[in-house]
Amino acid sequence: MKDVVETPGEVRVNDFVIKIGNVNGTGSASANGLLMKAIFRMGVPVVGKNLFPSNIQGLPTWYEIRITRDSYFARSGTADFVVAMNAETYARDLAEVSPGGFLLYDSTWPRPDLHGRSDITAIGVPLARMCNEQFDNARTRVLMKNMAYVGAVAGLTGIDVEVIRGLVTEMFGTKAHLIDANMKAIELGLNYVREHYPDPLPLRVEPMDGTAGHILIDGNTAAALGCVYAGATFGAWYPITPSTSLMDGFKSFCEKFRVDRDTGEKRFCIIQAEDELASIGMAIGAGWNGARAFTPTSGPGISLMSEFIGFAYYGEVPVVLFDVQRAGPSTGLPTRTQQCDLTLAAYASHGDTKHILLFPANPKECFEMAVQSFDLAERFQTPVFFMTDLDIGMNDWMIPELTWDDSYRPDRGKVLGKDELEAIEKFYRYEDRDGDAIPYRTLPGVHPKGAYFTRGSGHNWKGGYTEDSDEYKEVLDRLTQKWKNAAAAVPAPVVIKCGRPARRAIVSVGGCDGAVREAMDRMAADGVHLDYLRVRGFPFSQEVDDFIAAYDEVFVVEQNRDAQLRTLLINETSADKTRLIPVLDYAGMAANPKFIVEGITAHLETVGDAA
Amino acid sequence: MTSMPKPFIDKHLPKNRLGLSVRNYEGVMSTLCAGCGHDSVTAALVQAFWELDLAPESAAKVSGIGCSSKTTAYFMGQSHGINCVHGRMPSVATGANAVNGKLHYIGISGDGDSLSIGFGQFAHAIRRNLNMLYVLENNGVYGLTKGQFSASADYGSKSKKGVPNEQTPIDPCVQALTLGAGFVARAFSGDKSQLVPLIKAGLMHKGFALIDVISPCVTFNDHAGSTKSYAHTYKYYHPLVHTDFVAHAEEITGEYADDGAMRVTMHDGGELRLRKTDSDYDPRDRAQAIETLMLGGSDGEIRTGLLYLNEDMADMHAANRLPEAPLNTLPYDQLNPGAGALAALQKRYR
Repeated sequence: MKDVVETPGEVRVNDFVIKIGNVNGTGSASANGLLMKAIFRMGVPVVGKNLFPSNIQGLPTWYEIRITRDSYFARSGTADFVVAMNAETYARDLAEVSPGGFLLYDSTWPRPDLHGRSDITAIGVPLARMCNEQFDNARTRVLMKNMAYVGAVAGLTGIDVEVIRGLVTEMFGTKAHLIDANMKAIELGLNYVREHYPDPLPLRVEPMDGTAGHILIDGNTAAALGCVYAGATFGAWYPITPSTSLMDGFKSFCEKFRVDRDTGEKRFCIIQAEDELASIGMAIGAGWNGARAFTPTSGPGISLMSEFIGFAYYGEVPVVLFDVQRAGPSTGLPTRTQQCDLTLAAYASHGDTKHILLFPANPKECFEMAVQSFDLAERFQTPVFFMTDLDIGMNDWMIPELTWDDSYRPDRGKVLGKDELEAIEKFYRYEDRDGDAIPYRTLPGVHPKGAYFTRGSGHNWKGGYTEDSDEYKEVLDRLTQKWKNAAAAVPAPVVIKCGRPARRAIVSVGGCDGAVREAMDRMAADGVHLDYLRVRGFPFSQEVDDFIAAYDEVFVVEQNRDAQLRTLLINETSADKTRLIPVLDYAGMAANPKFIVEGITAHLETVGDAA
Repeated sequence: MTSMPKPFIDKHLPKNRLGLSVRNYEGVMSTLCAGCGHDSVTAALVQAFWELDLAPESAAKVSGIGCSSKTTAYFMGQSHGINCVHGRMPSVATGANAVNGKLHYIGISGDGDSLSIGFGQFAHAIRRNLNMLYVLENNGVYGLTKGQFSASADYGSKSKKGVPNEQTPIDPCVQALTLGAGFVARAFSGDKSQLVPLIKAGLMHKGFALIDVISPCVTFNDHAGSTKSYAHTYKYYHPLVHTDFVAHAEEITGEYADDGAMRVTMHDGGELRLRKTDSDYDPRDRAQAIETLMLGGSDGEIRTGLLYLNEDMADMHAANRLPEAPLNTLPYDQLNPGAGALAALQKRYR
């Protein structure tokens, strides 16, 4: 270990990873967010990943800030500058520092175990001692210790303190004493490193123009905004990580935009249900009654909702489910990410059921696809699953600013109003009048002629109870056709060609996107050229089928153990399964390019072919 | 019961203020067993709606699974109905009600549906004071699966094969009272003169109205030794409070003489008149209601009538500050903040 910063060879400007190890519940999230946002405000693209425990206070937590001048948007999987604030994880944090990297530790206490590495530089800053001297209250000392490392990191890497000051001022608004206290702590760290480590690190943040027109936002917040813009008026939920912030967001936006200033009346209704069975039941009741209704949940919630999902499918009730996936099975890892509910959602509920799924890859798509989910649910009169995950939902992503087209009008599907009912002789709920497998529906209270009975039991095209095989099959077959028709209506896949003739390609989904694209760049540099298709909807469109058919082999990249996307491709396209090669990561961490490069490389070595 | 549906002839039947006869409030033919108590409840619902002059399309029927839950198809065929999954009717009713509170929600459930699989949803609908009439057709037995005891079967009551029930029953009225329900009644399917006014009052109550109707199962629970049989219920049936419901203003002022009844004006219009039959029972005293049901049960009597009423509780709509106009009627431009607001909002994310 070197105690002072020596001048290393390579200077890395706007291309390195800061990783902060801390203790959950100490206010580190604010400090880390401040650091990331300051870099973003300097015009430097960033990727932030919060690795947090299923715990209120005391367990280890980490935050990674990838500074990426090339605007990559996956985590890199490396750590060039580690801030080790948690004594419990010191050894592990130390081991994670990349060779030639840096470790900042709190030198208030001796850390003899730091001496295990000679290939990194350790920077001691007496954060606790300085804060204990400068602040009175015990809680304040803990909080300010975090702000002090913000100052230290800023001083060492060149993050503009004035930008930080601006953010702190925005954060605390009119509470001048909080602004002063936080800036004081930041300056403690800053001044200490300026005095003791005057030479700049080779890891540098320098202003650039890489974030103009962009925002930092998490996918749950963006999806919540999408619900507001879609005109959703009803949401029911049962709190579950990692979906909770979606309803928190919807509530706060509705409080902002949908409360009548004179009367206090709310143009929305949010109900915290007693469990997920009730939350989906409520959303179905609201959808049945003509509102745009949704429920945010995660895998365990989908399991509980399954019976009702089948009811809504068979009764043809529009409803939107937001599945913010987390690592399973069972309670699994509630604070880790996975794409492990794909097959669950695709065929949720007993009996023959197939659903419409949308797969956003980032918060921008969360916003857009939330709106599309409601359109599809009402157009096809069926549950629609919005399949996001913890990484997309809870981490801040840099995305282009969201835009809205004011000419948008909701697709409310085929709903007969009073006059239309008046004009027809008789209404039959499940009659395929237009030959598109989508029947007309009516809303309660509109007209006695529109009355029908929604039932999960066997029914015929008129909506009447039946145990007749032919009548039963007729409805079931129409539902299959309706589902198939949705393939052309779900968001089209995104195809990226490598620009050369390629015999192999990647098919992936959702939040793997950033890692896949970066892996493609890395492999191209090594002479391996692959095309890429990202599915965005289920049922798969013909384009997915055709794409797969055009290659000798297709790597199916996803984040689960059982290759669930591959299973769906085998089930629902004409793809030959022997040509679908699984590339899987199910460790629960946000995707990084490494597993893709390694998985593909290993396969190519096995078959003895590098192209 | 297999039979042919009655032809629809109603020209000689009296019409209500909407010009409709009771037959306009009927549904498809019942497929329950001949003599089933539930069919009497269905008939009482038809009668109550007809007497209240409610347009059929102003009602929404909700139910779960079971013999009782099937009955939503047997009345008011001109009303929307939804027969969902077992025990989960309250949640569907909650969502439907939240987005259109102008309809009259009638939930039909049974003792299995409400007190076993759906006990949680039953409880939470009460806690939310969902504005609905919740009719629990209570026969102490699972009919569709052929005779298992339900959670409301009394201790010691015997199955058809003579086996006594050895678990304590759940009393839905006591549960509803402890959970804060503002309208709790018990009735007997065999006494239409009591049930019809209770249904009318429950529909007009602004909040959760429970009517627990002892509704004997003729096939699986009508034998000697059963405490939910017709014979047993007739024997121990004890109306505690006599209820009249007067729907219209002119009748309130003109038709009735002062009979010493307790008069309660309902939020949705109409007047409730409650007369004590033989005691100092006060249907506005929650604690007394609970005590009467819990301690009174030891004498075997089945105390019926409107057991508790509180008209002054905020319902779910009020608690959620929902607008007068149903959410499902709000125009999109009142819901969508627009492109300008989106651009302004995003300053916080820069």
